[in-house]
Amino acid sequence: MSELIEMQSVSLKAAEMVEEGRVHKSLYSDPAIFEEELDKVFNNTWVFVGHESEVPEAGSYKTAWVGRQPVILSRDRKMNLHVLQNRCRHRGATVCEGRKGKTKSFTCPYHGWGYGLDGALRALPKPEEYEGVFDKKDFPLERLRHESYQGLVFATYRDDIESLEDFLGGAKKWIDLFMKQGGGYPVKVLGEHRFNFPGNWKIQLENTTDAYHFPIIHKSFVTSLDDHTADIFDFLHGDGFVEDLGNGHSVMVMIPELVDLESDLDQPIPPRFQKLADELRTEGKPENEVKKLVRAAHGTGFNLNLFPNVSCSMAFFRVLRPVSVGETEIQHVALGGEGAPAPFNRKRMRLHEHFQGPMGFGTPDDGEAWERVHKGSQAGNDGWILVNRGLNNLHTSPDGNVAGAVCSETGMRGAYQQYKRMMAAGEEK
Amino acid sequence: MKLNTQLLNDVTAFIWYEADLLDHKGYQEWLQLWSNDGLYIVPAEFDADDNYEDTLNLALDNADMRRMRIARLEDGESVSANATGNTVRMVSRVRLLEAGDDLVIARCAMTLNEMRHGKLVTYPADVEYQLKPAADGYRLARKVVRLMHADSFLRTVSFIF
Repeated sequence: MSELIEMQSVSLKAAEMVEEGRVHKSLYSDPAIFEEELDKVFNNTWVFVGHESEVPEAGSYKTAWVGRQPVILSRDRKMNLHVLQNRCRHRGATVCEGRKGKTKSFTCPYHGWGYGLDGALRALPKPEEYEGVFDKKDFPLERLRHESYQGLVFATYRDDIESLEDFLGGAKKWIDLFMKQGGGYPVKVLGEHRFNFPGNWKIQLENTTDAYHFPIIHKSFVTSLDDHTADIFDFLHGDGFVEDLGNGHSVMVMIPELVDLESDLDQPIPPRFQKLADELRTEGKPENEVKKLVRAAHGTGFNLNLFPNVSCSMAFFRVLRPVSVGETEIQHVALGGEGAPAPFNRKRMRLHEHFQGPMGFGTPDDGEAWERVHKGSQAGNDGWILVNRGLNNLHTSPDGNVAGAVCSETGMRGAYQQYKRMMAAGEEK
Repeated sequence: MKLNTQLLNDVTAFIWYEADLLDHKGYQEWLQLWSNDGLYIVPAEFDADDNYEDTLNLALDNADMRRMRIARLEDGESVSANATGNTVRMVSRVRLLEAGDDLVIARCAMTLNEMRHGKLVTYPADVEYQLKPAADGYRLARKVVRLMHADSFLRTVSFIF
């Protein structure tokens, strides 16, 4: 390697490892690049921290991460949301170790500093030793800027970047469509699956915009479906597409007829939803609502990838967290309807259990593939990962975006170009 | 207190038999151990309450799902199932919670070890068995596997707990 390249910053080197149709394998495995990513990417953009339904009441909280930094999403007594660093201002201990729940305050276990739901430092033992040293009002839990769209809460360390809505841009229309799967009820988090895999976070980022793998690695899942449903999942030859939505976001439409869950409500009830339809009728639901709920129960026919850490993936949120260069944690967050009939939410959970999570019929095979990518990609002294599928067959979408076939790697290329811009930012030679 | 050691022995023998079947991939025989309305449940939280139907679980398998789960492990189409190495589980601390004529409930501790791509992965769990006495022993009416990992992050699983 030339001296010139040696002197380059790590993040600029990483940026140069992203080409249009390929990325260098070091992006999966170089610990120095990983450290730069946490700063350049995760500390400089909007990061998904949760859905508002996870903190439904005054006093509700959930813990989350922005990159490697622990944060708390809380709702105060006035129902305002806050995203707080989970770090006592005294000696740095976390003030909240629960995953989610309800509380009146956050108290550091070490010396008893107590903070309100809005992060304000309320009380501490033996305050007289601080008289004239500092004022409590200057030492709240540090707040992160946060904004919501359709109940999705994002936080950022940057006060000077664009608004969340500007960042989401072309993705907003797809979020609106995704939120129709409450079946007329507000979308609500029903629970989550948590698992990790020994591999780099970008391998997961790529996966939710990769339709090419589906019939291959998920063959055992498709085999377990009835014929009608198996046909729906046979989408590689259909009219689906992948569209680059800008800012690293992309949408992969696998099942075009399930893009808008509030259209085509006169379709017959598919076999796998007959039981649900019967249960809803037994509950006294009128036929038009039965059809609406059944259609919503499918989930949407697309994956919406939001750079860098969340995908609105057909029927659930897939949230990734980079732990180390070779370890990634993933949450599969199941969704239903707030106040929706119990059979509807039960069916949504059973469908989620069927494919998703560490014991689903789909995810373990994904995990196996990702683990092998991480391991195999380290072979050799030099090597590139191809993301050039479908470069020969691009078109412009009705919204004016670059788009390719459903099994193109258009979405990965969009994400890597955003990655490249972020890693190079401020490093110009 | 007086323990019903005969019943405890019978139940423990059944639990060990089931454990041996699963470690040696006797999956078809395992399916035969179940009563038709039985449920194999792996909650997504260690302390989940028992309203499993209205809660997201890692697995909530009725007879159909059990059959499909086993088919997936056996038919060679699943790359993760094909890559799963051997498992060795140890079951101990068996305690009878209920000893009715129609239903016996027992709780025990299990540690399952899996060799996965050359690395040992260990899953400690608290397991509850609901057993229906039958002419030839017991039928599984319910098995609830509460994994300590459920509160944290699991690796992906292509075997039966």
